[in-house]
Amino acid sequence: MTATVRFPQPYTGGAAAQEAMRQTLLPALLERFPEGVEELPTPFDIAQLKVMPDKLRDVCVFLKEHGFNVLMDVAGVDYLPRTPRFEVVYHLVALPSLWRLRLRVPVDESHPEVPTVSDLWPSANPAEREVWDLFGIRFAGHPNLTRILLPDDWVGHPLRKDYPLRGEREKAMGPAAERNWYHAPKRPGDAPGSTGLPRSVSEGGD
Amino acid sequence: MSRIVRSGQYELNVEELKVGGEGDRMTLSVGPHHPSTHGVLRMILEIEGERIVKATPEIGFLHTGIEKHAEHLTWTQAITVLDRMDYLAPLSNNLGYVLAVEKLLGIEPPPRAKTVRILLTELQRIASHCIWLGTTALDIGSQSVLMYAFNIREQILDLFEEATGARMNPSYFRVGGLANDLPNGFEDMVRRFLDEFPERLREIRTILDKNPIWLDRLRGVGVLKPDQALALGVTGPNLRASGVPYDVRKAYPYAGYDEYEFDVPVGESGDCYDRYLVRVHEMMESHRICRQALERLEPGPVMVDDRKIALPPKEELRHSMEALIHHFKLVSYGFDVPAGEAYQAIESPRGEIGFYVVSNGKNKPWRVRVRGPAFFNVFAMPVMMEGALLADMVAVIASVDPVFGEVDR
Repeated sequence: MTATVRFPQPYTGGAAAQEAMRQTLLPALLERFPEGVEELPTPFDIAQLKVMPDKLRDVCVFLKEHGFNVLMDVAGVDYLPRTPRFEVVYHLVALPSLWRLRLRVPVDESHPEVPTVSDLWPSANPAEREVWDLFGIRFAGHPNLTRILLPDDWVGHPLRKDYPLRGEREKAMGPAAERNWYHAPKRPGDAPGSTGLPRSVSEGGD
Repeated sequence: MSRIVRSGQYELNVEELKVGGEGDRMTLSVGPHHPSTHGVLRMILEIEGERIVKATPEIGFLHTGIEKHAEHLTWTQAITVLDRMDYLAPLSNNLGYVLAVEKLLGIEPPPRAKTVRILLTELQRIASHCIWLGTTALDIGSQSVLMYAFNIREQILDLFEEATGARMNPSYFRVGGLANDLPNGFEDMVRRFLDEFPERLREIRTILDKNPIWLDRLRGVGVLKPDQALALGVTGPNLRASGVPYDVRKAYPYAGYDEYEFDVPVGESGDCYDRYLVRVHEMMESHRICRQALERLEPGPVMVDDRKIALPPKEELRHSMEALIHHFKLVSYGFDVPAGEAYQAIESPRGEIGFYVVSNGKNKPWRVRVRGPAFFNVFAMPVMMEGALLADMVAVIASVDPVFGEVDR
């Protein structure tokens, strides 16, 4: 039996690669896209770009041609009082050159839609479904944009900041005993809407 | 006329299940409570006879809203919910999150804390791979390996209990260091374990390495080519088994890994057997790192000396009003983290786990996005299963090592 494990030189030098990318690729990218793309300064290691949704496809095609072969993550962020409210964040990695780049795409609340990149990087397929599921941001052209973590009949998008931690029922008005999950009807035969508490407590209101 | 078969509440249209000319194609739903799915994974398979034509994973059965919860807790409290994500490697989750927050704060823990963090996360990697080894062998048909592997893991959990007070979800790392120092005699306990471990692992390998059933079920099964793996975002041992030497510990050294000597095992063919070999070798590399960490372990503080972030020592509370105020403030309110965004990737036993942390300058995280490696690995399974036999599905799911706490979060 032959062992197939080798110990080759692993990819190293991530920090130097970031610097090289900032020097070479970023200026070329900003020159190629004079509008709709701007560099956001960051004190941390990963360079970040703000990309407008209408430029996203072109930027991604450009980046894929220049070596970014892994899409590590697609994330959503809800900056509630701000307009544009949402942001879709893409983390790209180029192997073996070890470049990293973050694309931040502002998305407006009135038209929460960005073009899909799942045809460029298949890993975007489930990740974009998750952003749709939890933030309600649509990805135009996605082959199968359905809920992924929550049941198909779920109402609302829980990671939005205006979605209560315990779900919509937290907003419902009513006596404290009815709002409280622990005092919901428990035993079979309890009348619907009864609290499962002694009458003196349940009728006492707040 | 289509014939409808009633089964309980479900109506199956028999005509739809048949594909003209291609032989009989049928849809088979496996899970979510199937013992070989390692949690709650539902696989919808389209099969022709014994061949899998198409597989569609369905996830979300363990969704607990951990990211939402973390937004409602202070920066320190969030550690406790985030380590319940990947319940086989909670300390890796702790480490990634804590490093991301430390990046935003611009602080660095003292050297002893860094060494202990590496020691414990590497022990965690061994424990996690042991579970993987045991459950995979169980799925393939060797029950005794499960017992041997759990024995090793049990010893590591005992070490964790000694150091952190908890076995499964230690929540031991803090922003700026550790919750408390290691107990007396802990180093000797670890040393005893490390002395014994290679022999225990060799025992397991003697059961498996020449076992014809093990070899037949794993070799050449579930092949994932390197370009496919990269396109699907696969990381960790699964990616390395396909021949890509990408390890976050080497590529973007964090937490002081650049000072340690270790190799990165890489497979060739990307089949289930390579994934087994890569993990077994990784355990030995973790063993090497643990040895080095033990040698480096010097006495010293385990928490940053910043009273705005670290709790004051207990004895100071009795005579210092200021310490009492700091204590009260930290326990009730927590601490503010400067506004900004940081992404910290670390190598968890399953691959690159990334924490994208957004702060708005307050005492609670505005957003903690977790890039779970298992989430992306699960969606690479259909590629591995295509054209495989139905029985190979079990081997593929097992060899990928999904942990559904992290897939569904």
